[in-house]
Amino acid sequence: MTLPKPPGEGAATGSPDLRQGLDRRQFLRRLAGASVLAVAAGGLGAALYDPKGPAGAAGGKVLASLGDFRAAPPPAGKPRLATVHGADRRAMFDLGVKALGGMEAFVSRGDVVLLKVNAAFASPAILGATTHPDLLAAAIEACRAAGASRVLVTDNPINSPESCFEVSGLSGAARSSGATTLLPRPALFSPLTLPGGRLITDWPVLAGAFAGVTKVIALAPVKDHQRAGASMSLKNFYGLLGGRRNIFHQDINGVIAELGQLMRPTLVVLDGVSAMMANGPTGGSLADLKATNTMIFSVDPVAADTLGVALLGRAPADLPYLALAQAAGVGTMDVASLAPVTLTLDKAAG
Amino acid sequence: MRIVVARRVSQGFFLLLFLWFCLVATVGAGWMQLRGWPINWLLSLDPLTALGTMLATHTLYAPLLWGLGALALTLFVGRFFCGFVCPLGTLNQMTGWLARLGRAPKDRAEDNRPGRGQMVKYALLAFFLGCAALGGLQTGLLDPLPLVFRSVNLALLPLADPGVGVIHDASRHYEGVWWIGLVFLAILALNAVRPRFFCRMICPLGALFGLAARIAPWRIGKATDKSCGDCRLCESHCEGGCRPSGTLVVSECLLCCNCLDRCPSGRIGFSGRASAAGETAVPDFSRRGAVALLAAGAAGALAAPLWRVEDAAGLGRSPSLIRPPGSLDEERFLARCIRCGQCMRACPSNIIQPSVTTAGLIGLWTPALNYRLGRSGCQPNCIACGQVCPTAAIRPLSLSEKLGQGDYTAAGPIRLGTAFVDRTRCLPWAMGRPCIVCQEVCPVSPKAIAVREVFEPVRGGRLLLAGARGSTLALARPLAVSGNPASGDYYVRLLGAPEANPVRLVGGGATELTLAAALPAAAPGREVELLVHLMQPQVDPARCVGCGMCEHECPVSGLRAIRVTSENESRSGPGRMLA
Repeated sequence: MTLPKPPGEGAATGSPDLRQGLDRRQFLRRLAGASVLAVAAGGLGAALYDPKGPAGAAGGKVLASLGDFRAAPPPAGKPRLATVHGADRRAMFDLGVKALGGMEAFVSRGDVVLLKVNAAFASPAILGATTHPDLLAAAIEACRAAGASRVLVTDNPINSPESCFEVSGLSGAARSSGATTLLPRPALFSPLTLPGGRLITDWPVLAGAFAGVTKVIALAPVKDHQRAGASMSLKNFYGLLGGRRNIFHQDINGVIAELGQLMRPTLVVLDGVSAMMANGPTGGSLADLKATNTMIFSVDPVAADTLGVALLGRAPADLPYLALAQAAGVGTMDVASLAPVTLTLDKAAG
Repeated sequence: MRIVVARRVSQGFFLLLFLWFCLVATVGAGWMQLRGWPINWLLSLDPLTALGTMLATHTLYAPLLWGLGALALTLFVGRFFCGFVCPLGTLNQMTGWLARLGRAPKDRAEDNRPGRGQMVKYALLAFFLGCAALGGLQTGLLDPLPLVFRSVNLALLPLADPGVGVIHDASRHYEGVWWIGLVFLAILALNAVRPRFFCRMICPLGALFGLAARIAPWRIGKATDKSCGDCRLCESHCEGGCRPSGTLVVSECLLCCNCLDRCPSGRIGFSGRASAAGETAVPDFSRRGAVALLAAGAAGALAAPLWRVEDAAGLGRSPSLIRPPGSLDEERFLARCIRCGQCMRACPSNIIQPSVTTAGLIGLWTPALNYRLGRSGCQPNCIACGQVCPTAAIRPLSLSEKLGQGDYTAAGPIRLGTAFVDRTRCLPWAMGRPCIVCQEVCPVSPKAIAVREVFEPVRGGRLLLAGARGSTLALARPLAVSGNPASGDYYVRLLGAPEANPVRLVGGGATELTLAAALPAAAPGREVELLVHLMQPQVDPARCVGCGMCEHECPVSGLRAIRVTSENESRSGPGRMLA
């Protein structure tokens, strides 16, 4: 408890007693202080003055494309699509790429290669819901052998990204083969409006993963998909979208065709060594898989999917997105125009 | 080495150890991830958790044996845990020290005078033990170890994530964590009122240690009862408020050892005899102290059964209360859960949330799944929450038990609840728009969501034909429908021919439609109807495990059109829904 101070004591210790009035010096000091604060408050108000009020939506810079990564076309008559039959993904990858002119036809010294895998679910590789780690390892090694300076691996999966990449074995394959896994952290997403697009307008896409990238190779499994008919090369690009992208399932074919325009890959590899025949795209049981022993290599994702759908026992006409993508100039359903070749691993090896 | 230096080193070590355990509790095999770090060890050292669960369950879960070790050591040397180990105690001591920088020793000694408020913690302890004895474990609300883990893991660490990505790439979210954070800040702020305010007045674990310290043979005390003037330097930094200069309040001594260090004449020591200046302890069992304690214990014992009046574990339970996979039935769960938040911290999907209202007041901050938050539903191949639960309120499941494989095939998978389609909100059911995302993401094989395929007439889709040539139809009036007729989901059929197979539209403009095949009997003057092909989701409750993948991904982003509620959950017999 403090006792009340006797009058006058305050002035002696420096704090003025108001009853005795301010002396001139103190008055001027206060006047100056008050003026400075008043001017500062006014200045701050003027600097932040907003006569219009807030806009309805926050605008900003919007991208138009994730890029065109197509390599120079090979001489006329050379194959641009190869089908390889076999069961050993690594050997099949080497054979398929060789048939299209070798990895050097796609990746040059110094290239930064982004591998777009399908890592959608935190599901082990054996269940076939994700890109197989053997295929990823083969692709990374081939890119590095062709002189790529950096190899990146990315996807924006459905389950927690850390879990998806770990459980599927994709992180492990990337680590041991010398690639960097880019998990889709929020900072990597930027809004994009596809020119002429109806669906992908001002929508967050995984643009940050493409910074500095010069080549893109997409590695996708072949899976059943109730809504789209099948999930293959083009559906794999759904993983480039962010946000609550599921709203696009209302027009799944339309959005897949737009995804084909969003980004033009250098090469797509469609892995049908085993195909998820039913219960896709999640699977969950070995009973959902069938050994279809096929891998398709193509510079054109539409052609790859046109061919790949047969592995599911379905016809290209069952996938309306193919015709829409073709009409949008993403690729062609006329597989023969790509001078396709078919190879069988056993025969070639032996 | 001076004893206070040893004490500070020990406090620093355990504080860093605590922070390390918080940091590495992310599921993963990396060096800075969960791998094999014993992140529960500090929680296991807590004898209040051991005692509370023993009273509530009549068993002692193996890891909690550590806590009895800590209690046993206290019986010999006093409250070493408070002085040398407790991370919250260390944080309190640090903030109290910061708040008193530059204060005179006399003022400090005044702050450290023993007060009646120090009785409160014993009353709280009695209340909590009374609750526990009747099956409602509430110790975790104020027990410093669960409290500090919960506060740092759920409230502080997520602040370091956004943009910085210290622990997670994306930000973590926890329901109602504002209150958890505020309670923590308040506890730290109270140190400005009295040093170690929480430790002295509130901490029920400190009270338990205080009771044990009463019989400790080794203790701090004065070597002689000769009057030693009135310097009271021993009390200037006394953390416990235990009056080392006079009659020592034995139960309140935290073993901070500052008195011993500061006494200019070396009168205070740590030895195997009572303080020569006399000893006392709170509460005083011979007087009102005993009555107050009995009253608090009785109040606790009365409070616990009150929730049974609510029937909060039975029919009175909120249907939205979904516990993590492996959780015991509600009654046994609440007898074990200490609300430490380890499951919430570890969950890679970030869906385990500290319940604010879902589990009722009795279940404040206990874990409940919220499928709207986080990254996805409960991942089938994840069992992290049960593995990190320190009290087995969530049992440590194996993957095969969770999935119902191997030895558990007969028992089937662990079910968290059942998904229900809200047909008034579902796009294909209510609004004629294709969707079926829920079926796509259902991770069960075969899928627990089946589809019902229908062709539904589109509003404004009754079209008069001006001509028909092969697979091309010319329209008499421009097409005006919402949606994209060329998307592959739209079909046409002759009006009045419901048996005819609809033919898919593959393109067209405002006045012309291109079909996948010719439409039989199409002719000028006839009418066709535009149909949308819909797949409407239907849940098979015998297959659904309640993982919530569907609810999380449902594009109806507000109140989801498919929602999981607790019906049919494995953990409670009465929750069974299917015959």
